[in-house]
Amino acid sequence: MKKLMLGNEAVARGIYEAGATVVSSYPGTPSTEVTEFIAKLYDEIYCEWACNEKVATEVAIGASFGGARSMTAMKHVGLNVAADPLYTASYTGVNGGFVAVVADDPGLHSSQNEQDTRNHGKAAKIPVIEPSDSEECKEFARMAFDFSEQFDTPVILRLTTRVAHSQSLVEEGERLDYKLKDVEKNPDKYVMMPAMAKKRHVIVEERCEKIAEYGYDCPFNKMEINDTKIGVITCGISYQYAKEALPDASFLKLGITYPISEKLVKEFASKVDKIYVIEELDSFIEDYCKSIGVDVIGKEIFTRLGEYNPQMIKKAILGIDGPESLTVDEQIPVRPPVMCPGCPHRGMYYILKKLKLKVCGDIGCYTLGALAPLSSLDYCVCMGAGIGMAHGMEKARGAEFTEKLVAVIGDSTFIHSGITGLIDVVYNKGVSTVIILDNSITGMTGHQQNPTTGYTIRGEETRNVDLVKLANAVGIERVVVADPFDLENFEKVVREETAAKEPSVIISQRPCALLKTVNYGAPCIIDEDKCKNCKMCMGLGCPAISVVDGKITIDASQCNGCTLCMNVCKFGAIRKVGDK
Amino acid sequence: MSNVMIVGVGGQGTLLASRIIGKVAIKAGYDVKVSEVHGMSQRGGSVVTYVKYDKKVYSPLIFEGEADYMLAFEELEAYRWLPYLKKDGKLIVNTQQMNPMPVITGAMKYPESILEKIGDKLKNVVALDALKGAVEAGTVKAVNIVLIGCFAKNSDVDKQVWIDVIKETVPPKFLDINLKAFEIGYNS
Repeated sequence: MKKLMLGNEAVARGIYEAGATVVSSYPGTPSTEVTEFIAKLYDEIYCEWACNEKVATEVAIGASFGGARSMTAMKHVGLNVAADPLYTASYTGVNGGFVAVVADDPGLHSSQNEQDTRNHGKAAKIPVIEPSDSEECKEFARMAFDFSEQFDTPVILRLTTRVAHSQSLVEEGERLDYKLKDVEKNPDKYVMMPAMAKKRHVIVEERCEKIAEYGYDCPFNKMEINDTKIGVITCGISYQYAKEALPDASFLKLGITYPISEKLVKEFASKVDKIYVIEELDSFIEDYCKSIGVDVIGKEIFTRLGEYNPQMIKKAILGIDGPESLTVDEQIPVRPPVMCPGCPHRGMYYILKKLKLKVCGDIGCYTLGALAPLSSLDYCVCMGAGIGMAHGMEKARGAEFTEKLVAVIGDSTFIHSGITGLIDVVYNKGVSTVIILDNSITGMTGHQQNPTTGYTIRGEETRNVDLVKLANAVGIERVVVADPFDLENFEKVVREETAAKEPSVIISQRPCALLKTVNYGAPCIIDEDKCKNCKMCMGLGCPAISVVDGKITIDASQCNGCTLCMNVCKFGAIRKVGDK
Repeated sequence: MSNVMIVGVGGQGTLLASRIIGKVAIKAGYDVKVSEVHGMSQRGGSVVTYVKYDKKVYSPLIFEGEADYMLAFEELEAYRWLPYLKKDGKLIVNTQQMNPMPVITGAMKYPESILEKIGDKLKNVVALDALKGAVEAGTVKAVNIVLIGCFAKNSDVDKQVWIDVIKETVPPKFLDINLKAFEIGYNS
């Protein structure tokens, strides 16, 4: 019987069916569940959270060289971190099949940019395959390993958010009993020094041509000839949108979007009157078509921004508007994401705001500290960037500037790419203050274990990184552990460390409020007799506290009883339900 | 084709609701697509998931004027996404109100009399206090199942199918509470 599966779950299933045995990834929306499903469902596969995408990719490459089928999964920006090993693994090729699952995020549901992974594929000369629903996710993931071994190449399986996070029906198959390939000594293939790499580059270029030829008649690409007045070349989720919008049109659905089969595109062009290329983000297929002299319409009528949908395709090609809809005649307040009630970051940001510090940050739940009312975080570029940026600001504006400057970084992010930044500060005589937010878990991506938590992806106990010792070991002498809900002490610590004339680390330690082990008991309540309506508690930006009919009120269904608001109330007007 | 939108606030359990509706549609023999939201917007933001079922479904998304049903976990979210309903579509709305940050900071006001305003535009509106129902069932977390109960009542799928899917979907130790929540929603 067919099963309803998330795209990411189906990818995991395909990897399982292909007989893969090693998986190493770093979490990142919308790719995270691929690896989580493998950890949860398939004990036959060794599975780990790596420190970052580069390490994960190297682990998967090593497993491939070791003769196993291996996989790494990451979000689009993770591929930037992993690019170094991946670009040269393109030269070495593989032993056991090796697949990198990379999930793009058009529309930026949970990302800092909208980069298009197909460009990486082209630049690295690695084939890119793109499924358009869960069934294809499973099949493409399964077939990707044969493909990888047939052409001796890493393969990028590109997803986008709507493919990764949509559920559709999947037919499950059997797992291949894959035998480890022999490990042979072959420095010409596996040692990329100039003399060897020069020769491998020749092979890589030939391989690209061969894969393009293979694309003419392969299970990934599909031509559907219907009414020939309109032809559509498309890929991934755009195929589904276009099929709904233009059910009668002819389609060339590219499952391999790099390298593209010239013969296939030209054959399709010969069968239809007019061709539209419908692809989210960059004009990747379109540029290729134009480069081989096939006349297509693409970004002249479609955007490079965000996600597509059937209505916009219908409007752009057929000029047909969507159905008439109900209207709302007033401005509706937006509802951006917020830090949860009980979030440990809230106490920290409250102090950073109070002290009017500049805050260099990066990627995680704590990026939400940029939003009102805390409005504390000033800079966010990429994972781990906060520390380097703070150091750069110091070098630009002088050491005195660091008295009003901190870097904030999550525990998992610090392991991912903060450690090198910290060493840079020490080595180059910086005096920055770095706050590591140790909340005992990787938060934003939905609670993954990491090297600081003491548990593996499968919940087994393991050694954990001691952040204090690590900071000491790289040369930080001032390391302070502080509870961000003890506001008085936290403020004192931040004041002292930012004033210090040497680099320092503050470990802001309190577990994520969503962890099952966290239980603050009864919710808080406002004592109306004592409340002076001063709104100090509102400054915390806790979603459970708001003004209802002119009075400060705590929503008991949202409050988790963390008592941070009690700490900021000067009139003792907040207490726990049940307390006097 | 039936298009169902589930709208609410991140953390309210909209994902589980959409998965239950999806599974029910499979049991009824349809092709099904469910589009979910993960990541940042789950942190207390406005979230929307889609369930589409028909003989064959291509796009997992629903756009303005296309939803047959909307299951709204919160009043303001019902109001925000109202244009996505068909003009003769049906809205099932939880009367719970949760202030978004611009309201909390005082930058904007929570719109008044939302249900009346929606009622002026839309004929098929079912409003219920699912939070109260969930508390009655034993936990505030069962708001989603109370709403599923109400949705089941308004669907043409047999009640037992819904119950079977809930049994398959929720963890065994919370089953009794969830079945109670379902009945409360069904009989509301």
